[in-house]
Amino acid sequence: MIYDTLIAPFAEFEFMRRALAGTIALAFGAGPIGVFLMLRRMSLVGDAMAHAVLPGAAVGFLLSGLNLFAMAAGGLVAGFVVAVAAGLVARSTELKEDASLAAFFIISLALGVTIVSVKGTNIDLLHFLFGTVLALDNQMLVLIAINATVTVVGLAVIYRPLVLECVDPGFLRSVSGAGAPAHIAFLALLVVNLVSGFHALGTLLAVGIMILPAVTARFWARDITAMMVIGAVSALISGYAGLLVSYHSGVPSGPAVILVAGAIYAVSLLFGRVGGLVWQAFPGKHLEA
Amino acid sequence: MLRVFAAFSVLLLAAPAVAQDARLKVTATFSILGDVVKNIGGDRVEVTLLVGPNADAHVYSPSPADARKLADAKVVVLNGLGFEGWIDRLVKASGSNAARVTAAKGVTPRRKTEGHGHSHGSDPHAWQSVANVKIYAANIRDGLVAADPAGKAQYVSNTAAYLAKLDALETEVRETVAKIPADRRRIITTHDAFGFFKDAYGLDFIAPQGVSTESEASAKDVARIIVQIKRQKIPAVFMENISDPRLLKRIADETGAKIGGTLYSDALTGEKGPAPTYIDLIRHNLKQISGALTTS
Repeated sequence: MIYDTLIAPFAEFEFMRRALAGTIALAFGAGPIGVFLMLRRMSLVGDAMAHAVLPGAAVGFLLSGLNLFAMAAGGLVAGFVVAVAAGLVARSTELKEDASLAAFFIISLALGVTIVSVKGTNIDLLHFLFGTVLALDNQMLVLIAINATVTVVGLAVIYRPLVLECVDPGFLRSVSGAGAPAHIAFLALLVVNLVSGFHALGTLLAVGIMILPAVTARFWARDITAMMVIGAVSALISGYAGLLVSYHSGVPSGPAVILVAGAIYAVSLLFGRVGGLVWQAFPGKHLEA
Repeated sequence: MLRVFAAFSVLLLAAPAVAQDARLKVTATFSILGDVVKNIGGDRVEVTLLVGPNADAHVYSPSPADARKLADAKVVVLNGLGFEGWIDRLVKASGSNAARVTAAKGVTPRRKTEGHGHSHGSDPHAWQSVANVKIYAANIRDGLVAADPAGKAQYVSNTAAYLAKLDALETEVRETVAKIPADRRRIITTHDAFGFFKDAYGLDFIAPQGVSTESEASAKDVARIIVQIKRQKIPAVFMENISDPRLLKRIADETGAKIGGTLYSDALTGEKGPAPTYIDLIRHNLKQISGALTTS
């Protein structure tokens, strides 16, 4: 019975195994990235970047159809251009980074929609907005795995300046010039993960697998390392459980994964050991000693 | 001052009449209907399309240019059977007072897919049966005659010629299907648009999505299809020009079913594509299907 519910779908169907492998790889990259997004108060930046990627992917699509690498490369270029342009404007004018990013991403999104609908058809656009984790082929799996590896290694390299900039940017600036390069590198990793995510979940939901596990982790740990581990694990559980929900109930798989992540977040919000609402309401016990 | 204003409004009122072309302006909601209208109207009509070739009418979103096409049109030809859910609002918004012709009026409706839980409403893809398009042709002929009585003789003779072509096509489809062994008449397509074809010609089409391309496939649907392909030994999987090919490739890889060519369901291709007209579309589909099912 338990076997039938939890394991049989994956044992029986290759597409389920591929979907699971894809979401696991995605979880390893997206969890830690999400934690840093949250700590740097950039949670909404992820969403903005997801939209900014669209025109690049659209150009890639128009040049070579549903070709994975063309779309991924186009998305990367568009994401970088928006991120760097927003950064430059913020540094050289009065405009703050969030405002300039908002301006650039919305231009980018409008451009993407225009390109897709002028040259392509309506249905193409929907494929961008809602990918499907059920159709991962070898190429895509390899791409997602490479992206996850690059993310984990990249984060390890820029870990120190990144953490320092989160907690004490003034101190980092006084001892080292690594803050700006680390920030750019981090944005690059963000874009890489979004490109992975939109093949599996679509541009609209790719951000979900980063942010929801990260905010979940916030309720269980104060330590950044622990948060990253919890983030990755909760993303992984969301992927596995979401696929099962989709398999048993017939709910589309992408939204199912994100909704499970949302449910885990809701539970953590209430019962999380670090600042969960229920623990706040009954603070008594651990003050006794 | 008042006189200037009055003169100006007279000019405004007169403008549309001056701009009018001698040809009857007809707007068809999608490419297949547009083709039938062209065949019947010949050079007496000017056909514009709302949903062009290779585009999916299920997820169409109107642009201001479309509202203008409607406002200019004397006749609007639509499929009916709930295919164009957006047409009422668009017609109202455009302020059009064109005569409406529902092409599928008189077609025997069929229910949407059986055995898939949420089956309500009727299947709009009536043109997949050639016999229904003969009904379309007659409805469109009547609509055009009503809007442009002067061209009656031409419309009637064009329609007769077109009906003869459709009859030949119908015979061709039946003969070709008859050559396919009965136990191999089963294929998978990405969207459930071939119900009328199935009923008319006895080929079984199974789709991983519901009847509309709007819905996203769930793991349950995909698993169901894979089990079915394996159990019933379905020989071939087909793609359409408007659905997600990635999912279908995955299903084909996993079951070992053969991937047939592209089938065209709801939209014609451009001039250079394999299905620029309705008759070409049916012929192309037929060739793809029989090619994949007869060779093993």
